[in-house]
Amino acid sequence: MAADSDSYEESVRTRREEAVAEFDAHESGFIGTIHGILHKYPFLVPLMVIIMAIIVFGLINPNFWRVGTLSLILQQVGIVGILGIAQALVIITAGIDLSVGAMLVFITVIMGNFSFRYGIPAEISIVIGLAAGALMGFANGWMVARLRLPPFIVTLGTWQIILAANYIYSRNETIRSQDIEAEAGALQFWGEIFSIGGARATYGVVAFLSLVAVVAYILSSTAWGRHVYAVGDDKEAAELAGVNTDKVLIQVYTVAGLLCGIAAWVAIGRFGAISPGASTGIQGNIQSITAVVIGGISLFGGRGSIIGMFLGALTVGVFEMGLRLAGADAQWTFLLIGVLIIAAVTVDQWIRKVSG
Amino acid sequence: MKKLLTLGASAAALAITATSAMAGSHSVSACLITKTETNPFFVKMREGAQQAAEEQNVELSTFSGKFDTDFESQITAIETCVANGADGILITPSIPDSLVSAVNSARDAGVLVIALDTPFNPIDVADMTFATDNFEAGRLAGAWARATLGEEGAANAKIAGLNINPAQPTVGVLRNQGFMHGFGIELNDPNRWGDEDDPRIVGNDVSEGNPEGGRKAMENLLAIDQDINVVYAINEPAASGAWEAMKAMGTDPDDVIITGVDGGCPGVKDVEAGIIDATSQQYPLLMAKLGVEAIRTFADTGEKPQPTEGKNFFDTGVALITDKPVDGVPSISVAEGLELCWG
Repeated sequence: MAADSDSYEESVRTRREEAVAEFDAHESGFIGTIHGILHKYPFLVPLMVIIMAIIVFGLINPNFWRVGTLSLILQQVGIVGILGIAQALVIITAGIDLSVGAMLVFITVIMGNFSFRYGIPAEISIVIGLAAGALMGFANGWMVARLRLPPFIVTLGTWQIILAANYIYSRNETIRSQDIEAEAGALQFWGEIFSIGGARATYGVVAFLSLVAVVAYILSSTAWGRHVYAVGDDKEAAELAGVNTDKVLIQVYTVAGLLCGIAAWVAIGRFGAISPGASTGIQGNIQSITAVVIGGISLFGGRGSIIGMFLGALTVGVFEMGLRLAGADAQWTFLLIGVLIIAAVTVDQWIRKVSG
Repeated sequence: MKKLLTLGASAAALAITATSAMAGSHSVSACLITKTETNPFFVKMREGAQQAAEEQNVELSTFSGKFDTDFESQITAIETCVANGADGILITPSIPDSLVSAVNSARDAGVLVIALDTPFNPIDVADMTFATDNFEAGRLAGAWARATLGEEGAANAKIAGLNINPAQPTVGVLRNQGFMHGFGIELNDPNRWGDEDDPRIVGNDVSEGNPEGGRKAMENLLAIDQDINVVYAINEPAASGAWEAMKAMGTDPDDVIITGVDGGCPGVKDVEAGIIDATSQQYPLLMAKLGVEAIRTFADTGEKPQPTEGKNFFDTGVALITDKPVDGVPSISVAEGLELCWG
């Protein structure tokens, strides 16, 4: 795929490689080496935090080291993690999407109501839900790219619009898990459990890990992925280099909406029921931004990786579970996550300095 | 007398579980999962659980959602408790239908699950429910209002209902329908409020159970009929909002009977101040306390808690608080209520 890409991409790629080489030449000593490694692989920071946290929490409460507990953390971060992939894509373009959680909840409601209110087969309702997600994402992207509105404002608006539409359309009614299981089992597909070597996991975990792998590959190794970085790094330069930035932006927001749809489907599997009052509608955006930021993705765009976001989401999950198993008050979790956010950005700034 | 009986039954159950707990000495752990951490109702619940945990030598972990509908955090909490090998879970489900799958997995793993305050649907999703009889709580308030007005007054009453929200959660339906039944109004579907045909009901509105909502709802209903003279409120905060609305709109609140349900300290003080005329008090401390004791018993003997006779849950009791008692409706004084209140 890379071989037949156009020449302007080559220039983008070559230029980035040169920058790294130049930076290596300037630095020396132990700190300099760390600088260099971290600059090349910013996700190493959250990775080290996770490894240390796992060791410490396990020493406090051995239950933490059980395979079951670790698999449980993956289930717990899966939904925010998929929202995080969507959020990461948007933030890499120097945007932000405040509507991801609201889209998720609204899509669960759409999938549920098409199945139960209109009697459409669950499989088709799922496709309709995914399409609705892509459409909502497209609307966000269109307003950002064509109307030139700031992403924060656009999605602040659509967040409220989608959330309100969700409550109105659903009449605030919860669809019960028992009913879904009996009549629309496909909706709960990702909640099914399988076990490998004694560890139990849900299909939802597989979906999460696969999406991380696929989107990470697309971002790092395809022309489209490099365009996404280029738009976020310097929109004008990208345009001059021949990238259709408006098109890329709209595509990114649309894909983000589609990812919210997948997250919605996974969420139905995890929770069993469909509830328009789900708290993800209100805090899903902040949770996903937290994962992105701890994962070392720059809010100014153009930098960071999906692997980083994955580790960021995992960090939050590891701390939540670990602190609770250690018997700490829940507020300590939020306090520590706050510290992690600020620490992550501080480290990010330090790493950025060298890239000058 | 019925109130005294239920309280007596609770006390007896308490004594039984207390003695049986002496036998157990191995480590037992329990989780308390509330809707939020900040609501005084749940603060009191936590207090009761901690008290019992100390007495019974039970290791207690507490969890909560960030706000009332945050069932996602509650699911995470259930999973964490199971992973940590808890013997039992006490939970006030935020959105009961959304927690069924998680509760089922916990029970499959051999954990005793007890719902506190809010029942699941169906109620046997949990092993047992420790709760207030909300219908009875409403009925006491309704019967008291009717007796206070007298035969003729009750026949010409104009009633306003201030409920929680349009989703009609069970707790709100039970209290409303209990009140209407206690007042002598014929119910249609007892699973819905607002479908009665009795012309004495001016209207039902929603308050979200807070003063702002109570005020707005009362304003709406006063706009329909200025002469409302009986107010049923889902809780005291909503009732106090209704009082503000009447003052602002030129209705003398002293001519109106205002009743609530809940029994938090600010609410009982409102009864003392004459803002609310009577309120039914529930006992969150007892719910959690009995819950922890039931987990201890279950861990020691494998025995699950039994429901109150004639009901499908364990009734933790309710008492009407008023300083204007009437014949035929049992009540306790404001002073007694203040001793038992929370928040």
